Amino acid sequence: MRMLFSYLKPHLGKMSLGMGIKFISAIMDLLLPWCLATIIDRVIPTRSVNAILLWGGIMLTCSVLAWISNITANRIAGRVARDTIERMRHDLFERISTLSCAQVDGYTIPSLISRVTSDTYNIHGMINMIQRMGIRAPIMLLGGIAITLTLEPVLAGLLLATLPFLAVIIVTISRKGIPLYTQLQKSVDRMVQVVRENIVGIRVIKALSKVEYERGRFDSVNRGVIDREMTAGLTMAVTNPSVNLILNLGLTLIIIAGAYRVNSGVSLPGAIIAFMSYFTIILNAMMSVNRMFIMYSRGSASAARIAEVLDTPEDLLLQPAEPKAAAEDAHVAFSHVNFAYPGMEATLRDISFSLKKGETLGIIGATGSGKTAILNLLLRLYEADSGSITIDGLPVSAIPPEELYPKFGIVFQHDVLFAQSIAENIAFGRELPRERIEAAAQDAQALEFIDALPDRFDHQLEIKGSNLSGGQKQRLLIARALAGKPEILILDDASSALDYKTDSQLRAAIREHYAGTTTVIVAQRVSSILHADHILVLEEGREIGYGTHAELLESCESYREISQSQMGGVIDG
Amino acid sequence: MAENKTTVRRPRRQVLLRLGGYLFRYKALVLAALVLTAVSNILALIGPTLSGYAIDAIEPGAGAVQFDRVFYYCGLMAAFYAVSAVLSYALSALMIHLSQKITYQMRREVFEKFGELPVGYFDTHQTGDLISRISYDIDTVNASLSTDLLMICTSVITVTGSFLMMVRLSPPLVSVFFITVPASLLFTRYRTKRVRPLFRRRSAKLGELNGFTEEILSGHKTTKAYHQEATMQARFDAKNHEAVTAYYEADYYGSVTGPSVNFINNISLSLVSVFGAVLYLYGQITLGNISSFVLYSRKFSGPINEAANIFSEMQSALSAADRIFLLLDEAPEEPDAPDAEELTEVRGEVKMEHIRFGYDPERPVIHDLSLTAPAGSTVAIVGHTGAGKTTLINLLMRFYDPQGGRITIDGREIRRLTRSSLRQAYAMVLQDTWLFNGTVFENIAYGKPGATLEEVRAVAKAAHIDGYISRLPDGYDTVLTEDGSNISHGQKQLLTIARAMLLDAKMLILDEATSNVDTRTEQQLQAAMRELMRGKTCFIIAHRLSTIQNADLILVLEGGDIVEQGTHDELMEKGGVYAGLYRSQFR
Repeated sequence: MRMLFSYLKPHLGKMSLGMGIKFISAIMDLLLPWCLATIIDRVIPTRSVNAILLWGGIMLTCSVLAWISNITANRIAGRVARDTIERMRHDLFERISTLSCAQVDGYTIPSLISRVTSDTYNIHGMINMIQRMGIRAPIMLLGGIAITLTLEPVLAGLLLATLPFLAVIIVTISRKGIPLYTQLQKSVDRMVQVVRENIVGIRVIKALSKVEYERGRFDSVNRGVIDREMTAGLTMAVTNPSVNLILNLGLTLIIIAGAYRVNSGVSLPGAIIAFMSYFTIILNAMMSVNRMFIMYSRGSASAARIAEVLDTPEDLLLQPAEPKAAAEDAHVAFSHVNFAYPGMEATLRDISFSLKKGETLGIIGATGSGKTAILNLLLRLYEADSGSITIDGLPVSAIPPEELYPKFGIVFQHDVLFAQSIAENIAFGRELPRERIEAAAQDAQALEFIDALPDRFDHQLEIKGSNLSGGQKQRLLIARALAGKPEILILDDASSALDYKTDSQLRAAIREHYAGTTTVIVAQRVSSILHADHILVLEEGREIGYGTHAELLESCESYREISQSQMGGVIDG
Repeated sequence: MAENKTTVRRPRRQVLLRLGGYLFRYKALVLAALVLTAVSNILALIGPTLSGYAIDAIEPGAGAVQFDRVFYYCGLMAAFYAVSAVLSYALSALMIHLSQKITYQMRREVFEKFGELPVGYFDTHQTGDLISRISYDIDTVNASLSTDLLMICTSVITVTGSFLMMVRLSPPLVSVFFITVPASLLFTRYRTKRVRPLFRRRSAKLGELNGFTEEILSGHKTTKAYHQEATMQARFDAKNHEAVTAYYEADYYGSVTGPSVNFINNISLSLVSVFGAVLYLYGQITLGNISSFVLYSRKFSGPINEAANIFSEMQSALSAADRIFLLLDEAPEEPDAPDAEELTEVRGEVKMEHIRFGYDPERPVIHDLSLTAPAGSTVAIVGHTGAGKTTLINLLMRFYDPQGGRITIDGREIRRLTRSSLRQAYAMVLQDTWLFNGTVFENIAYGKPGATLEEVRAVAKAAHIDGYISRLPDGYDTVLTEDGSNISHGQKQLLTIARAMLLDAKMLILDEATSNVDTRTEQQLQAAMRELMRGKTCFIIAHRLSTIQNADLILVLEGGDIVEQGTHDELMEKGGVYAGLYRSQFR
């Protein structure tokens, strides 16, 4: 909630203006019955039609004022809610983009999606309504109580005595509501997850004829949401009838007490009648207050979920370090690096290598041997547990992201494409001249299929690039990586869907046009890394071979086996 | 295009009728709710009357208060209030049940629709937008459906009651309402017309925001690696701005309605006062009646005012309902033929005859393709990327139907078979692996319900993934997630292979099944793969030509046509496209 207030703070001026205007409209609405009373009690006895018309005119004026001020106040409320939510969503999205990969894994993507969307909707609704009702209800409540106090202080005291009970009920239940709504949002996360999985995996699900099974799975999460919603709803629904009951029982007591007072001549029956009509106003106001508390419970559960993300401690902080006198002229170097993904056994153990500018490193190894982990560490998407990772002698942890990342051109395994044009997908937000994009596409061997498209580089991709084949996607992704003329090029199994011919043409193009680029290639095929200056052979996170193709054929048995199995009898480099 | 289809909007009445249909399904609950509403409204009227009697008993004044009557009526009051509290809780509980039942039902229908839609639908619609429909839109509809329905019932009772009372009091005065009621009706109608497109826009924009958020967050790692957070932020800000603006604009016009109707009511109060006072001057009405009339006119216009307030809520509910119904009305995968048969006792002979197909019928990907795969044979499909290999798989599995030609299994045309039996006859390992949020065990046993741990362990061993699994903190009970970092793509593929090994299918499709698996593991897998393939008709797509050398038939595709076919040795001898591809592996 504190988070929410800090977002509302800049709008305090506007909010109080809005509430002030709302105040005027409430007064106008209260004035109307008073005018009517005046007409009946004072004007009619004068028998003057003109005076009646005059008062009619006053009532009209009040109506117009109430109309205009209500609309204005509502619009101000809408504007405040709009600006607050826009800002909050902006910050939330910004914080999410700066979360480290480990933190994103912790939250899970579906949960982050629902925080950006459904939680902010809840808060939007809450801010809007609280501004609209937040002033009228208290005015009516306080005004009603004040007037009853002047009418009949003793009876009003009795009425006031019920207030603590009411407060306890409202506060207890809305407190109880917050965890219930938090639970609810969690189950919504779960539902979003199942829906998302089903959309992503629709082909597999249909192929395995698991549509029915998935319906069952959705059914259970759907029920989960419904049950939580029901529990929360049934709990919150207790307040209204109990507040009503307590106030009405209080009223009954007041009548009895009133009877004694009238009997002993301290009060007049008329006062009790008046008292009762104000009582209705108080009751209604109390209901509105209660409704706001319900909204508060729901909103604050959502606000807490957003605040949780916003307050996530900054991970992967910059750790300033003096550049070491670069060991010789190493460009990229790992030295005794150890790493484990959170909650997992050691993924990498004692990894060391060093690349000069323009050199190529090939990484090969069994599935799950930690190849991608090396790239994740080099990119500082995760932090190494020990050892040092340096670029030009400077630890990656000491390089600010805005300097670190532009050095790289990367293709991850199964990387993402967006529903945009081909040119936009290659440029990926960077300001690159068209020639660069086209050259990169050519180097990535993508030009051939792009040229076959009717609108070439302006061709719109479908969602996740689903109108392209696997190989076409990979070529676009490689073009994206090359387009920035990177200092370091990283290809994580990026050519697995390319046929050998295209793959070798790609390698030739990289050799020719990106000579100064230090390259790290993770590959399954020996042919992809055959000419690399260094080859790192990994097994279960350990370095079991490091050297050139020829050296490894001599020294590393695993490598020799891999190579022989792939290349048949052809062994020479 | 799909885009055009989604913009076709249906008239409001149709949407309302359809929503009414959902209520009708629970007519018992709705009826109970209406009865409870009526009873509690009547009780609400009795309470004040009782207190009136009690006050009458106090009326005589000092020393003369009839305490027995005061206590009697106060006792009754307490009892009535207690009953009404219980009733009103019962009513809320009922409404909560009702609206949750409808929510559940709608979500279920939408989700079931997902299963019926052709797979291509998900290529053209943002995941996030679909998520938004099944969550936010359905919530919006129901928030309004449950509260507004009761509100309308209460209003009808009060409005009718007070109108009758007013007519009884002073027919001439009622004429005031012949001005104001039509005025407010006309006004509401006019506003609604203007406001409705704004609410539609609001739902659509929120859906877009969801879609965008999902797309970008899914590519979180890439964004980070390219340091494009600022670009994505700018795009998000643009979408966010559009969404909040659309929300505000709907609000802006929507917020006029309530105060305006309130205004019209205030005017009618002023008119009643003035007109009533004048009537009084001419002796047409008594003072007491004016005040009663005013009280009733307040009661009369109160609900109308309230109705106008909930109107904007209903507008957003209708737009949301519209989006849900549009999805529900989307053309499903062409249903199985009415006389479709189950595919049983499969031998596995697959034939494609003169297939012509394009995702866009105007631009065929496959022109005229024929092939025969005898039962138990292995057919390998090779060719440059984009040659149409994956398309063949889509056709075999009937994710799409060809525009020309036919496909048969054991001589039976697949269009005449039920889709589920056809698909169950295949085991499939795709290039894009898919895991769901569940344990390792559940993910492997996915295709074979009731598989035992021993069976799962056996296939995991055969797929060379058992070692990795045993190193996981909870072994086979470790929960995996699609986006999780604790599993590599190669390992995912091995899990998928294990999953396929558990299936008892006569035909097998391997689409780049081991593209992310290192070659050594792949080789170790071969014995298991051979076991998997034994006795099955297999279709293999692979770039590593070494894996398909033993295929019975190799098809070389180029631009959707078969340009060469034969065994490895035949094709190598021929020295054509295949031989060229094969040699390029080594240099």
